[in-house]
Amino acid sequence: MAGVQVANVSRSFGAHKALDDVSIDFADGGFYALLGPSGSGKTTLLRQIAGFDFPDSGRIAIGGESVERVPVEKRRIGMVFQNYALFPNMSVADNIAFGLSVRGEPKATIATEVQRALDLVQLGKLGGRKPHQLSGGQRQRVALARAIVTKPRVLLLDEPLGALDKALRVDMQIELKRIQREIGITTIFVTHDQEEALTMSDRIGILRDGRLVQEGPPEEIYDRPQSEFAATFLGDANIFRGDATGSGIKLPDGTTIAASTGASVPAGAKASCAVRPERIRIATGAAKPDPANANMLTGQVSKRIFAGNNSTYFVDRDGQALKVIVQNTGAERLAEGQPVVLSWSPDSTVLIAAA
Amino acid sequence: MADQLAIGSRRGLRPALPLLLPAYLWLTVAIFLPLSAMVFFSFMTDLPLAGKEWSFTLGNYAAFFSQSLYSTLLFASLRLGLEVTLWCVVIGYPAAYVLAKVLKGRSREAIFLLVILPFWSNGLVRIFSWAMVLREGGILDTALNAVLPFKINIDLMYSYPAVIIGLVHSYVPYMVLTCYLTLQAIDDSLIEAGRSLGASRRQVLWRVIIPLSMPGLIAGAALIFVPVVGSFMEPRILGGRTGTFYGTVIEDQFVAVFNWPLGAALSFILLAVVLIILALAAPVLRRAG
Ligand SMILES: Nc1ncnc2c1ncn2[C@@H]1O[C@H](COP(=O)(O)OP(=O)(O)OP(=O)(O)O)[C@@H](O)[C@H]1O
Ligand SMILES: [Mg+2]
Repeated sequence: MAGVQVANVSRSFGAHKALDDVSIDFADGGFYALLGPSGSGKTTLLRQIAGFDFPDSGRIAIGGESVERVPVEKRRIGMVFQNYALFPNMSVADNIAFGLSVRGEPKATIATEVQRALDLVQLGKLGGRKPHQLSGGQRQRVALARAIVTKPRVLLLDEPLGALDKALRVDMQIELKRIQREIGITTIFVTHDQEEALTMSDRIGILRDGRLVQEGPPEEIYDRPQSEFAATFLGDANIFRGDATGSGIKLPDGTTIAASTGASVPAGAKASCAVRPERIRIATGAAKPDPANANMLTGQVSKRIFAGNNSTYFVDRDGQALKVIVQNTGAERLAEGQPVVLSWSPDSTVLIAAA
Repeated sequence: MADQLAIGSRRGLRPALPLLLPAYLWLTVAIFLPLSAMVFFSFMTDLPLAGKEWSFTLGNYAAFFSQSLYSTLLFASLRLGLEVTLWCVVIGYPAAYVLAKVLKGRSREAIFLLVILPFWSNGLVRIFSWAMVLREGGILDTALNAVLPFKINIDLMYSYPAVIIGLVHSYVPYMVLTCYLTLQAIDDSLIEAGRSLGASRRQVLWRVIIPLSMPGLIAGAALIFVPVVGSFMEPRILGGRTGTFYGTVIEDQFVAVFNWPLGAALSFILLAVVLIILALAAPVLRRAG
C-alpha cells in the first residue's frame, strides 16, 4: 500500500488545459473521491496517476517514489474502467487471473487467489462464465476483483458505478466500501454523483476546468465551501451576493446577512453568502426576532415539490428564488402564494470571497 | 460467437428471408448455374460443342490420381498458398495494427489509401510492373547497383520469390482490411486494462490483441489462401518456367489444350481439397479465436 502525491501537475491538449497546476495528497489507505463536472479533468488526472498519459509538468509519486519514468505495468496500480474493459475472449476466472498469469505466478497460486477474489466480490460460482453472460453489476464486480487480485498499491476507479441503476448502485457502493476497508487499499474514485462522493469517501477533491477548486473531508466541503461553485456543485445552496461588512454581507437592498463561518473578507469588498436549503426555517405570520436565527427574510411561496420524506419550497424574494427543504413531520403544508418568513442562523451561513 | 449464432437461429430465418433473397438469387444465377455446367463437363469425355462425340466418364478424375504430376503440382500450390498467406499476415497485420491503433485522422486516411491502391489497379498492369522491377537490369537491379559500392546481379524475374512477391502484393490488402476491421473494434481500454494489470506491451499483444483479432486473421487467411492456391496469372508471368502450378495447369486445359472436362475435374478436386483443409482447420481456429 502507498499514498499518492500529485504535485503541481499540468497537462494540456493543444491549447486546452485539461489539468492546471493540480496538487493533491492522497493518503495511504484512504478513500478519495474526485468530483467535478464533465470535462473538468477527472479522467485525465487518473490517467496521469495510472501512467497512460504523462504530465507536461509537475510530479507524481506513488509510495513516496517518483513514477515519472515508470511505465504503467510497473506502477502496481489497479484500475476499474467506466466500461469495465473486461477481456471478452476470456472467462471471468481468466479475466481475474490475467494479472497474476502475466507475472508468471504458479498455476496453483493463481487458482486459489482467483477463487479468493471471486469470493470477496461474492461471485464464487461464476468463474466459468464469459463477461457477456453477466449483468452490469456482476461485470463491475469482476472488474473490481481483477483490479485487486494483483494486490496493487493504489486502486483507481473511473466512474465505475455510472452505468448501474440506482438500487444496484447503492448496493455496489456498500460492497465497494466494504472491500476497500477489508484490504485497506488507497482508493481514488472518480464520480459525477455528489451523493456517492459524500457517502463513500474520506476526502473529496472538486475539479473544475482542470483546477482543483477545493479539497477536504466531505463534512468540511459541505459545511464550509470556499467558492460559490463548490457550494452549488456539492449539494444545494442559496447564494446571496453583496458587500462584505466584516461580520457578513449587505445586500444591494440594504438587508444584512450575518455569517459566522467561512472566509474573512475585508469590509467593503464584494462577497457572497451560501446557506444550505435544509438550514433555513420557514414560518408564516409576523416576523419575530430570534437570536438563534438572526438572519431573516420575507418572501412568498412560489412552488412546492413534495418528495416523500421532505418537501422543497421555492420562495420568491424580490425575484430571487430561494430554496428551502423542510422535513415532512406531518405539520401543515404551505400553499403557493402564501407570504412566509425565512430565518436561519449565522452559524449556517458561509461567507465566500468573490472570485 | 457460438451463442450469438444460437440466438439467431432461435429467432428463425423467416424474418431474414426477404433480406437474403436478392443475394441468393444472384448467387444461383451467377455461380450455381455455371458451376453445375462445369460439374457436368467434368464427367464428359469431350466438349459437346461442334457436334463432337461425347460420353460420360470418370476418367478426368482418374487422371489426377494416375499421374503424380497433378498431385505434385497441387502440393506446390498449397505450399505457395501457405507461404503467401503467411507473408500477408507478417506484412498485413502490423500495418493493420498501425492503421487501427496508432495513426489518427489524416495520416490514417492517406496510408489507408496506399494500402488499398493495389485493389484499384489492373491486375495485369500490377504484375507487369513487378516484372519491370524484378528483372535483371530492371529497376531494383539498377537502383541497388547505383547505391551499393560492389556489383551485384539482381535477377528475381522468373523465380519462385518473384511469384511470391507478386502474389503477396496482390493479396495483402485483404489481410490489412480484415485485420483492420477487427482491430478497430477492440476498445483501447482493453489494452490499457491489460497494461494496468502488469502486462507489458508484448504480453498485451499476444494475450489480448491477437486473440481478439483472430476472426480478422482467419477471414483474411481464407480470402487469400483459397484464390492463391488456384492462381495462374502471377505464376505464369512472374514465374516463367518455374511458375508451373496447379492453377496454371487448369488454365492450360481451358485456354491452350481445350480439354475443358479435365480442367473442370482438376478444379473440383482443388475445391474439394481446399474445403477439406478449411474444415479441418475450423475447430482449431475457432478455439484459438
Ligand atoms: N486525448 C485527448 N486529446 C484532446 N483532448 C483531451 C484528451 N483527453 C481529454 N481531453 C480534454 O480534456 C478535458 C478533460 O477531459 P477528462 O476526460 O479528463 O474529463 P472528465 O472530467 O473525466 O469528464 P467526464 O466526467 O465527462 O468523464 C476535456 O475538455 C477533454 O476534451
Ligand atoms: Mg471521465
